Amino acid sequence: MLDLLKLRRKHGSQAIPDVVNAELMESHRGFPVIDETKYPGDWQSIVDICPTGAISKEPVSIDLGKCIFCGECEKLSGGAVRFTNIHKTAASDRRHLIVASGSEYDSYRENAVEVKREIHKLFGRSLKLRQVSAGGCNGCEMELNACSNVNFDMGRFGIDFVASPRHADGVVLTGPITKNMAPALMDAYQSIGDPKVVIAVGACAISGGVFAESAQMNRSFLNDVKVDLYVPGCPPHPLTFINGVLEFLGIS
Amino acid sequence: MNGAEEMSWLETRNLQSVALGEIPVHPIEMLRRHVIDSVAAGKRLVQFFGDRTDSGDTIYAVLADDNASRLYIASSLLRGRKSFASMTPEVPAAHLFERELYEEFGIEPVGHPWLKPLRKGIPGIDENEDQYGFFSMKGEEVHEVGVGPIHAGVIEPGHFRFSCHGEKVYQLEIKLGFQHRGVEELFVRNASRPIYLEKLAESVAGDTVIGHAGGFIRAYESLAGTSVPRRAKVIRTVALELERIAVHLGDLSALSGDVAYLTGNSVFGALRTKVINTTMAICGNRFGRGLMKLGGVDFDFTPDLHDRILDTINKLEDDVALASEVLFSSASVLERFEKTGVVSKETATAIGMVGPAARASGVPVDVRSDHPFGGFEFLAVHKLTLPGGDVFARAYLRFIEIQQSLKIISEQLGGLTVGPVRQTAGLPAADRIVVSLTEGWRGEIAYVLISDSEANIRKVKVKDPSFNNWFALSLAVRGEGISDFPLCNKSFNLSYCGFDL
Repeated sequence: MLDLLKLRRKHGSQAIPDVVNAELMESHRGFPVIDETKYPGDWQSIVDICPTGAISKEPVSIDLGKCIFCGECEKLSGGAVRFTNIHKTAASDRRHLIVASGSEYDSYRENAVEVKREIHKLFGRSLKLRQVSAGGCNGCEMELNACSNVNFDMGRFGIDFVASPRHADGVVLTGPITKNMAPALMDAYQSIGDPKVVIAVGACAISGGVFAESAQMNRSFLNDVKVDLYVPGCPPHPLTFINGVLEFLGIS
Repeated sequence: MNGAEEMSWLETRNLQSVALGEIPVHPIEMLRRHVIDSVAAGKRLVQFFGDRTDSGDTIYAVLADDNASRLYIASSLLRGRKSFASMTPEVPAAHLFERELYEEFGIEPVGHPWLKPLRKGIPGIDENEDQYGFFSMKGEEVHEVGVGPIHAGVIEPGHFRFSCHGEKVYQLEIKLGFQHRGVEELFVRNASRPIYLEKLAESVAGDTVIGHAGGFIRAYESLAGTSVPRRAKVIRTVALELERIAVHLGDLSALSGDVAYLTGNSVFGALRTKVINTTMAICGNRFGRGLMKLGGVDFDFTPDLHDRILDTINKLEDDVALASEVLFSSASVLERFEKTGVVSKETATAIGMVGPAARASGVPVDVRSDHPFGGFEFLAVHKLTLPGGDVFARAYLRFIEIQQSLKIISEQLGGLTVGPVRQTAGLPAADRIVVSLTEGWRGEIAYVLISDSEANIRKVKVKDPSFNNWFALSLAVRGEGISDFPLCNKSFNLSYCGFDL
């Protein structure tokens, strides 16, 4: 009993008090900025080094929907691509995830997440989500689990993962969508009552990630449904997910 | 080994590549006989897989002698044959390897007791569940419970089919394959893009980034004859042990949650956060992505970082000890953990279990000690085992393994030498094969790489420890109440995507 009290005292409160303004350590690879003039060589070599084809030449840009934030381009380019520790990178529009050369974070942030009055009204005080892993490697899944742990405590905003799609207001998709999971994913989506939201989490869900070229995928789900929120990363940090959803709900 | 056996197998070691031409080739009946005899004599089946080339299908068998730190490889060229007598009745550990062979190459192990699709499906067998042929039970008050592929929590998909009588589980059949991403094909198709290969290896199982990336990278380095700087080996070892500690802490948290012990759930969860944040301080990612590189590592330990890691593990040692003392002295926890989901030592050995799950059933297997790799070449790891084989043993073993890993890290940091952390990696040599074993937090990760005559990697065989251990979960829940399934499942914490590839 004494040990239990000692443990509870030592544990204290681990919750991050303000998840909206919390910052991540310097080493975290978050929002990238590009200044290709800093790279003396042929930009094509930076394009070629990217394992997921996230970097383009014309125009010079990086696609956060494909980027796995491995930092290879940063090292090769001597800082012409630089990953900041800024973690709030979620966006409503797939095209918004393409960050052009010279683009600053402030301009990216503006209008990144579209706030709809109806969404705020319906889900602003309670959003229940059914998570479906469709080929996810357990990286995104573990970070989504972490959103509900004592540190991040997403439940304080009324946002929770639930077991049944019948209890859910939306689906959170992870993984590149394997052929073998495509039917179950659609079943889960269709089991959720309207209105419902779709959130795509991680490079695999958004673009296929490192599995984009695999013959074992069936990504037709994304042709049939509209994604409301894209959360980039490999995997996205819990704060990236939570802040993305808070902005989407119009409560931050 | 006696003379005859020497002819049957090529002897090698973990990460020691050999010329393909040196591997003995037997008729399939002989290879089968050699595997059965060697396993009966105490060796362990590590790999058994097919390889398709212009000259036909070849089967490779890899065995381990864990006491002698030796690996044995033999093969069989099938020359158009499409079947052989299944080994599974005599070597239960072969059952999934044979199913895999049947699915991928159409080579039928005749007499296999449960020849069903594994990942991709078999021509003629519809994905439709009725044709899959789940085991079933008949009788009054007998019922079946189907769970998945989508489970209640935020976890990967798989299908569990329980045959029950009342609450009691008679049989659990586990159907996987939902996560199949074609990992092995992607490795081969992108063999000329080493950076892509590193990232793909990190994603084979995203909870085992360092384990899988390390397993693949060491195999590649072995084929290429690349020697990794001492300092890089130390950093890799620290990262691997941090990964083990983090997941074990997460598992103790989840096991606490599964028995509604919320103190354990919160405290171990918070401790895990500290560990993965330390990994982020090292390499910018909480799971260690970006650290492991061909030829070494991409992040050095600065003095500040060195002190930060040391400080974290010193504090953890006390915190974990206190939290574990509280967890393992709670009567309500012990009541659920003890004697639940028992796997006997005999069963564990027969079905070829690996890792902590095997050690918790008293089977002394640990690649770090049996087939040392990387930094473990210079480091003696005592194999920790417990006799119980129950949820308690699998939980308590995690606690003592955390303590052991903390000591390993502390020793490694103390012996950190000055020098580079990365060497330029070469290209693979031609016509060679290498077996790379790694003790990830779940157990033995086995990569086999084969290069062709033009020095391209043309075959990558991956085996996550989950491949060995899923069947153990089926056996563990037999005779248990179905309500204990989540607890049993978490006590193994196996990978779906690691199995499905």
